[in-house]
Amino acid sequence: MSLATFDLPAPRDGALRRLSDRLVRRARLLTLVLLVPPLLWLGLIYLGSLFVFLGQSIFSIDEFSGTIVREPTITTLLELFRPANYDIVLRTVGISAVVTVLCVVIAFPVAYYAARYAGPRAKAAFYLAVMMPLWSSYLVKVYGWKLLLAKEGAIGWFAGRLGLGGALEAWLALPVVGGPSLSVSYTGMVLVFTYLWLPFMILPVQAALERVPKSLIEAAGDLGASPATLFRTVILPLAMPGVVAGAIFTFSLTLGDYIVPQIIGTSALVLGQAVYMQQGTAGNIPLAAAFSLVPILVMALFLTLAKRTGAFDAL
Amino acid sequence: MHVHTLSAATPAVRFAGVTRHFGAVRAVDGVDLAIAPGEFFAMLGPSGSGKTTCLRLIAGFEQPDAGHIEIFGEAVEGLPPYRRPVNTVFQDYALFPHLSVGDNVAYGLKVRGIGRAERDRLAREALALVKLSGMEARRPAQLSGGQRQRVALARALVVRPKVLLLDEPLGALDLKLREEMQSELKSLQRALGLSFVFVTHDQSEALSMADRVAVFNEGRIVQVGPPEDVYERPATRFVAGFVGSANVLGAAQAAALGGEEVPSSLRPEKIILLGHGLAEPAEAARLEARVVEVSYQGAVRRVALLTPAGLSLTALVPASAPGAMVGGTVQLAIPRGALQPMEGER
Repeated sequence: MSLATFDLPAPRDGALRRLSDRLVRRARLLTLVLLVPPLLWLGLIYLGSLFVFLGQSIFSIDEFSGTIVREPTITTLLELFRPANYDIVLRTVGISAVVTVLCVVIAFPVAYYAARYAGPRAKAAFYLAVMMPLWSSYLVKVYGWKLLLAKEGAIGWFAGRLGLGGALEAWLALPVVGGPSLSVSYTGMVLVFTYLWLPFMILPVQAALERVPKSLIEAAGDLGASPATLFRTVILPLAMPGVVAGAIFTFSLTLGDYIVPQIIGTSALVLGQAVYMQQGTAGNIPLAAAFSLVPILVMALFLTLAKRTGAFDAL
Repeated sequence: MHVHTLSAATPAVRFAGVTRHFGAVRAVDGVDLAIAPGEFFAMLGPSGSGKTTCLRLIAGFEQPDAGHIEIFGEAVEGLPPYRRPVNTVFQDYALFPHLSVGDNVAYGLKVRGIGRAERDRLAREALALVKLSGMEARRPAQLSGGQRQRVALARALVVRPKVLLLDEPLGALDLKLREEMQSELKSLQRALGLSFVFVTHDQSEALSMADRVAVFNEGRIVQVGPPEDVYERPATRFVAGFVGSANVLGAAQAAALGGEEVPSSLRPEKIILLGHGLAEPAEAARLEARVVEVSYQGAVRRVALLTPAGLSLTALVPASAPGAMVGGTVQLAIPRGALQPMEGER
């Protein structure tokens, strides 16, 4: 047995090799080189243009000429509190909250099953099932739902077959949530939003639950916690960062959407539609910018509250 | 004080023909055992030998496929973990990351509905017991491995279990800390008078701490007894090899060295290398062997030997004794009684 009978050729020297030698020695330089392009993109193009746009909200529009007056003022921001505009804000935040709660309620059991009980094959099927709706066109899905929700649509027909036609009628007769048919009601809008954003809730919750070690669950049981107590005191707090991450998606996606309310909703506007109208047909860029500020403030408030209640304690 | 005459008292834990399968694997295969109240009982074996599954069967994380389990005389089959009077110290400690150290320790009291003031007092007491006073407000992530271990211990002890189960609790600690915790665990167990069931794959840990050791292999208990018995008189080839790596001799080889004509074990430290000023025992078999390898291990040297008859032996000699030379020939003495007959293979 002889190990040293041949010589391994020494690594070749070259310009690229010297460059990588230098970068390996100077980790900070490497980090800088890697970070400059994304920082330029995010900082300048993305955040920069956003702030320029939001900056417009301190200007106002001249009511007679329709031109923008470039003088700092708070009148545009105060316009948000006019009843018609304030209603839009409240309506949108309300819809977003209901959609988020529904998404949590539906997503949690699905995510829990996938994280704790599914075998490798079931898990692959789970990912496929959750992701597949995201691969098809958003508009196709929304129009598909319009047909399902329509007065003569599949849902109405199915409810009739099950003898639930009366219940559907009674629901549609309710104030606020009801309407002439599901396809022009808040109920329909919330259903479609919940359907659209559900994957964005399932995946982070599943990831958070997956990170909870089995031994923690066993330890809680070992120390005397019944399954309900275990869920309340261990699983839910540890899944909370995932729930909050999912809620950021579902909440902000609903806050900003203007297509679903146009196709499914009632004639009352939501934030996205208001922004769309103000910057388009009305040409009131300052008010559009002021409306755009609302989702950002709402999300900031939401995250502050989440942090206060200890949602991130497990991180 | 040996507690193996325990027939009168109700055992803290009793297994009768307990079997647990995982698919085709018999993780636990017909185990019988009785652990006495106040006993420090070690379950020793290699990984996959069934010792941890036995512990989980006591805790209630697993249910037996066959057989019967009693805790202080009460049948516990089908009883979930949260209804059993036992608590576990987990291998990875399993501290709740979202709770402070104090709330971790008080967790078991909280789920039992004990008020905040009372449970804080009890948690403080338990933390003092494991020498972690004043750490209540910290998070588990801020503690060292040894401290987390102590929190896990306090959390299990504070709910006054009748039996404490420890699943390789010292495995993740470094050597010095491990030795410190060994003696602390032992004195804690004595002070509390609790039954400790301790799972380990480390034979020295089992021998140094336990009142009795059960050696597991392939889902069965192959030998159970006080550490001295298990070490000095291994019942099987497996025990001889696993506990203290004894030399294992066939029947003919044992007879040639002055033992009975049955398979026997020979502890490496019983072999005497002559000619280093050591007195030769009066009744001993003598033979010559060639030194194949010598490895220095601090207090002792491990000497690999080969006899002319082709028998490989390992001897442990004091490191202070003049070293045997590799390739040289030495005279060995094997005292009468050093050879221990064994029953079986497993």
